[in-house]
Amino acid sequence: MEFALSEDQIMLQDSVRNALTDLVDVASLRDCVDNQRSRHESAWQTMVQLGIPALLVPEQYGGIGLSMLEAALVAEEMGRACAPSPYLGSCILSTLALMHTGSAAQKQQWLSMMAAGNGTVGFAFTELVSGYRVTQPVHQQNGTLNGTTLFVLDGREADAYIVACDQQLWLVEANASGLTFTPQHTIDGSRPTLELNFNNTPAQCLPDANRTSIEQLLNAAWIIQAADSLGAAWKMIDDAVAYAQVRRQFGRLIGSFQAVKHLCAEMAADIEPGRSLVWYAAHAFDNAPDEVTLYACHAKALLSDAGHIVARKSIEVHGGIGITDDLGLHYWAKRIGQNRMLLGSPHDAHQRAMQHQT
Amino acid sequence: MDLTLSPNHIAFRQAIREFIALYGDRAEGVIPGQRPGPKQIAWQALLLEHGYAGRFVPLEYGGYGAPYDIMEQRLIVEEFSRAAIPAGIGNQGISMLVPTLLELGTEQQKRDYIAPTLRGEMVWCQGYSEPNAGSDLAALQTRGVEDGENFIVNGQKIWTSTAHEADMIFCLVRTEPHAPKHEGISYLLFSMDDPGIDIRPLKTMSGRAEFNEVFFTDVRVPRIQMLGERGDGWRVANATLQHERAYLANSALLSQRYAELSQLIKENQRNGQAITTSQALQERLMQLQSRLLALKCHDLRLLTHSMKGTDPGIAGLITKLYGTETRYQVDVLALDAQGELGLLNQSDPRVRDGGVWFEREAMDLGLIIGGGTAQIQKNIIAERGLGMPREPKPVNKEG
Ligand SMILES: Cc1cc2nc3c(=O)[nH]c(=O)nc-3n(C[C@H](O)[C@H](O)[C@H](O)COP(=O)(O)OP(=O)(O)OC[C@H]3O[C@@H](n4cnc5c(N)ncnc54)[C@H](O)[C@@H]3O)c2cc1C
Repeated sequence: MEFALSEDQIMLQDSVRNALTDLVDVASLRDCVDNQRSRHESAWQTMVQLGIPALLVPEQYGGIGLSMLEAALVAEEMGRACAPSPYLGSCILSTLALMHTGSAAQKQQWLSMMAAGNGTVGFAFTELVSGYRVTQPVHQQNGTLNGTTLFVLDGREADAYIVACDQQLWLVEANASGLTFTPQHTIDGSRPTLELNFNNTPAQCLPDANRTSIEQLLNAAWIIQAADSLGAAWKMIDDAVAYAQVRRQFGRLIGSFQAVKHLCAEMAADIEPGRSLVWYAAHAFDNAPDEVTLYACHAKALLSDAGHIVARKSIEVHGGIGITDDLGLHYWAKRIGQNRMLLGSPHDAHQRAMQHQT
Repeated sequence: MDLTLSPNHIAFRQAIREFIALYGDRAEGVIPGQRPGPKQIAWQALLLEHGYAGRFVPLEYGGYGAPYDIMEQRLIVEEFSRAAIPAGIGNQGISMLVPTLLELGTEQQKRDYIAPTLRGEMVWCQGYSEPNAGSDLAALQTRGVEDGENFIVNGQKIWTSTAHEADMIFCLVRTEPHAPKHEGISYLLFSMDDPGIDIRPLKTMSGRAEFNEVFFTDVRVPRIQMLGERGDGWRVANATLQHERAYLANSALLSQRYAELSQLIKENQRNGQAITTSQALQERLMQLQSRLLALKCHDLRLLTHSMKGTDPGIAGLITKLYGTETRYQVDVLALDAQGELGLLNQSDPRVRDGGVWFEREAMDLGLIIGGGTAQIQKNIIAERGLGMPREPKPVNKEG
């Protein structure tokens, strides 16, 4: 029995962290958000060099064939850096969808391209979890799609999309006829989403998609979002602690006021058991199929709620400057907010956990 | 990440299950605040004989003498709580003092005290807190003055759990009044029957007398009954406190409580309707399950650190705070879920589960306070875990 990361896993996480720390600062993050860029170009290029898009892809398609635990460790660093990158949608969800439900030809074509960093695939999935909010939801007839889907992940530069419709998954190429997209204006600018419109757009079915594989994709999404919030939350805790060690009031460091120390201790205590939960949920994804749904639900719910509290308390420790656009702490708070609500809220996660047990 | 058990551990777990299947009906739990009776002592004897109590205590001190294996310890706790069977006596003597004796006791002390303590025949109480020394324990004033081969003890302890039932006390006294406050303390072991000891029970909010005030007037304690060196009592006490915190933050017990809570919610009505129809209560139940599962995983992580002898850092410092809070929330939800019936006390015929949920709420609130309060835990997390500035030294110390 060993509940710990391996040397290789620690090295992987460190290398992603170091690369992102070097490349992503508030100025470059702000530049992405202000200009509605969906990826931080230098960070993404470095991720490609590190093999991140190939992480989950099996070796036969040029990938590394690692597991959800490694993917979650990378997600934690993505959250810590808050770097816009096509990770959740393309590297995780579209990749898993193709791996587990695609035909041999689809895998060959798309997974090889994605693993090499030569293309990305957007993911349109939220209606399955969050219901329809448009008058014309996507529907399929004779291999063509019509309608609208919202909150599409990693869609801006995508070469194709995977679209959920009626418990099935469809692949649509970006240059397909009748396909248009409109960027959505979201509070979190670090993971832009868009609206896709289909007008008699040809689509290919992913032949092996079914309820179970779709449930498993939702589990993956929730584990990765939880890990992302874990990283973003620890970044906010570290910032609060660092600030409390330099800011003085009443002739003292504010970090010597117990009220401030306790805010910091509460943040750490609320979030850290979540790390163990994320590790276990990610491990279960590949190794304990009976347990993964329950743990994914709770990882999503716990890290969302704890993350939300951390975001608020970290800003509070900073005082007025915490709320300024200038400091940029809000980027992480918004990222945590997006992880919390996108693809289901903590409340939805708890309901799913409940139903799963009855 | 390797969550498989070794073949030896699988066999060990199987043996525990068989033992429980065979003998489980003889199990008798100890009522908090009370001495073990004959049935509990018989159950403890059976556990000792089969190595499910005192497993790693050497044979010569009345244990089972197995080589230390923390995974086995965990399996015992897990299997007994899964079966909802009390894993023998878990009082302060067994959980805190025995490990401290094994670490720091003299040969004579180990021979005199460990075996009867393990058997449940010798009950101990912990004499640390005083009226003016709670969180600031090192401010304690009970004096121990050397007199030939004895120390003469005078002073007062408070919140001493089970003192009214105890045979013995492990007690902190100040032997070096002029030394700095952490360096003048010694750790004495003595009988509660000694002349000069006066015990006055204090009722808790649950209505039971679970702890006490204890007064010492010229109590004579032989020098050989000092645990650790003279003036070194603070270090000894800290060794005991480590064992206490590990014992308070136990996710196996929490799992058992959670299972009872979820049973209660599944099977009962609240104000005339199935409790499960309340979305709000179901949501709270799931919030607690999130915390419980996180703690279970967290336990595995800490267990791995113990096995490897590595420092878990902040992950280890948060468990008392998080674990006791979660346990308390379980009790509160169990009461809320009952609606008005949750107001009944244990004497009312309509009370659920014998009124145990309110007793637990009171007890678990006590655990948030005892063994280092939640606020003290936060100080520790901030200072040792996050490297924030230490508390300022008190300026105007009285006395
Ligand atoms: C159920 C129960 C059983 C117990 N059993 C025993 C026993 O068997 N033997 C024994 O010796 N003791 C026992 N205790 C005592 C326990 O260890 C003390 O209650 C505890 O250490 C707190 O001390 P206090 O009660 O004096 O509270 P105080 O220290 O006076 O604390 C009062 C309040 O002030 C806060 N506070 C104090 N100092 C600080 C600080 N530096 N920073 C921030 N806040 C602070 C506390 O958090 C608390 O909220 C027991 C207590 C309980 C509740």
